[in-house]
Amino acid sequence: MSPYPPQLAELVEEFASITDRNERVEALIEIADRFDEARVPADIAVKPYAEENHVQYCESDAYVWAVDNPDGTLSFYFDVLNPQGLSAMAMSVVLSEHLSGAPLEQVSKLDTELVFKLFGREVSMGKGQGLMGIIAMVRGAALDRLSKRN
Amino acid sequence: MSDIANRGYANPDVLVSTEWLANNLDTPGIRIVESNEDPLLYPSGHVPGAVQIDWTHDLNHPLRRDYLDKAEFEALMAKNGITNDTTVVFYGDKNNWWAAYAFWVFQLFGHTKAKLVDGGRQKWTQENRPLTREVPSYPATQYVAQERDDSTIRAFRDQVLTHVRAQKPLVDVRSPQEYTGELLHMPNYPQEGALRGGHIPGAQSVPWARAANPDDGTFKAAADLRAIYEGEKGLKPEDEVIAYCRIGERSSHTWFVLTYLLGYKNVRNYDGSWTEWGNSVGVPIEK
Repeated sequence: MSPYPPQLAELVEEFASITDRNERVEALIEIADRFDEARVPADIAVKPYAEENHVQYCESDAYVWAVDNPDGTLSFYFDVLNPQGLSAMAMSVVLSEHLSGAPLEQVSKLDTELVFKLFGREVSMGKGQGLMGIIAMVRGAALDRLSKRN
Repeated sequence: MSDIANRGYANPDVLVSTEWLANNLDTPGIRIVESNEDPLLYPSGHVPGAVQIDWTHDLNHPLRRDYLDKAEFEALMAKNGITNDTTVVFYGDKNNWWAAYAFWVFQLFGHTKAKLVDGGRQKWTQENRPLTREVPSYPATQYVAQERDDSTIRAFRDQVLTHVRAQKPLVDVRSPQEYTGELLHMPNYPQEGALRGGHIPGAQSVPWARAANPDDGTFKAAADLRAIYEGEKGLKPEDEVIAYCRIGERSSHTWFVLTYLLGYKNVRNYDGSWTEWGNSVGVPIEK
């Protein structure tokens, strides 16, 4: 059984079927092109952003916000200050589209292996570190809310 | 005289400005090459006419931990329409980190007609210069490379050991956290990890990016570079220097700075770097 929420599991399955590197890259660029939809709105945060939202080790200067929904789930918003940070933007869009509103239990179990499932094994350590940092922030927010609930 | 020519570099001709590049997009005899860390960048938009040379797919041997051999390098050149007389102009992301790495590999094969675009992709995009998604195609060429020369600008582990014992200078260009051993490798990233943390004894810590201006990715002026490498760290132009990082890419940038911008004659890049040293049995380590 997939550890991911259904929509994310579907996306991961789609990427698993991609064997051509260029096709994978094009798919990720298409996702990154939707970054404006995942970007944090001004009523949640404006620059300069708080350090607590800053993703550790991310060379693209990514930021993550988790906003509580009335049903107890979270909505996730992002910013990536480096305009060259396309991979960070793609990861942000994936997490925004597929984890906002998902059960916290599932979000809290998100693993960093997702980076390789989407980007492939060849992503450099520096790049991977930043992408995993974004995941860690999202998962951390879910764990935080779950701990307060119990 | 251009800004680059005024910065006091030993070899200013090895750098070109973004303006120069914009004026030479269609100049015969020039091949523009983009090399990035982020594989999404080139396909999302690149300098018109530029081809991509990818650090994992194009420069590394597909099986062994090594670089291309002569025949493979010749094939790469032919595929990208590069002749022995072509001037290859490299640019890329991260202050030209990966472009410098590609530049270094090209020097292993003696392709000296090579330049870096000062500021790389960052400066080009900051200036709102044109980008295209159109991937160019060039007629295949016949390229004759020299055998790869691993003796001049590349260092191997045993040579580094000898260098350490002779108390010759090394430059560790990783982050301060990696230098002190605080950061060993990231979880789930064993392929670039190490069993031990720290640095090679005697190595000076100079993170590679200190050589670049953070605002636009251009190289700092020679006087500022000397203040770092010579004023702070005591290097001298006549020194034999070995630079290293984790897998040899960041240290290519420092190799470029010391060799071309400051004119050091004997700088080698230890591409085995910390992933080899930190996993080797019995080699000395400092923290």
